[in-house]
Amino acid sequence: MAENNRAVLKLKEKFAASIIDVVEFRGEVTVTVAKSAIIEVLSFLKHSLTYNLLTDLTAVDYLGKKEERFMMVYQLYSIPNKDRLRIKTPVAETDCIIPTATTVWKTANWLEREVFDLFGINFTGHPDLRRILMTDDWIGHPLRKDYPLQGPDREPYKGRLS
Amino acid sequence: MGVDNPLGDNVITTSLDLLVNWSRKSSIWPMTFGLACCAIEMMATGASHNDLDRFGIIFRASPRQSDCIIIAGTVTKKMLPVIMTVYEQMPEPKWVIAMGACACSGGIFDTYSVVQGIDEALPVDVYIPGCPPRPEALLFGLLKLQDKIMKERNSFGNAIGLGERYIPEAA
Repeated sequence: MAENNRAVLKLKEKFAASIIDVVEFRGEVTVTVAKSAIIEVLSFLKHSLTYNLLTDLTAVDYLGKKEERFMMVYQLYSIPNKDRLRIKTPVAETDCIIPTATTVWKTANWLEREVFDLFGINFTGHPDLRRILMTDDWIGHPLRKDYPLQGPDREPYKGRLS
Repeated sequence: MGVDNPLGDNVITTSLDLLVNWSRKSSIWPMTFGLACCAIEMMATGASHNDLDRFGIIFRASPRQSDCIIIAGTVTKKMLPVIMTVYEQMPEPKWVIAMGACACSGGIFDTYSVVQGIDEALPVDVYIPGCPPRPEALLFGLLKLQDKIMKERNSFGNAIGLGERYIPEAA
């Protein structure tokens, strides 16, 4: 169970005030932490609990479904312990900014550029925060739920007329 | 009676248009520009079973040596400037084939990032539908392009600065 997970126990011990939620679903453990403590948590997981690989970093847009619109997701893997852990942190639309994880894992560089490009979340301290998938002159962030699917310059598809 | 074979056995008479068009249609050198799954069918068309070489169609890896570009696949908005550059690098005369549903109309990718048909940017000569088109369809499209080239008039005169090139409307 998640409560007995070694990493979760250590996190609860060290960051009790910052942990918002701990969930286990089909053997996958997810820990939601406050944005203010995210880098300390990630750094602790890497350096003290050997979660040395950041397999993925992404975001989810919960437009109209949650109070804080975005959720950053960090997928971690411990190569020595063969163990996975998911860390989440909510990011509000009004304060759409989060410290960069490139200080912990170098691989976060391009992953954060992707999140910046497609969701418009800014990363403080990122060494090279440019768009990575869309063209440099692109306006808007296409993976946001309020971005029109067929682009802002087109009449949206309204279903078959016949 | 009349003139009895005055030019010997080794001379034929024809119009300049016919000769120029015949040589052009018999040596269409397409630019290889595979963008998606259509490129696999394009490669299959060029390989030994279908054998494009028998029509004089030889894929070139440089736009400077090509006179036809086969847009084989989905054109994203990010890729469009690259295609435009390659097209502009090709010497005249040049033709464009839109291969597959995506190149013709955007296909299933009715989204913000995909060009809804390459004819938004390039003058397309032949549209080949299909997702992807079979090699036979691409062959048919290339034969249609050959027919179209044969119908051109004064393309050589235009190349040396005499008059306009006349291309008939599609039948």
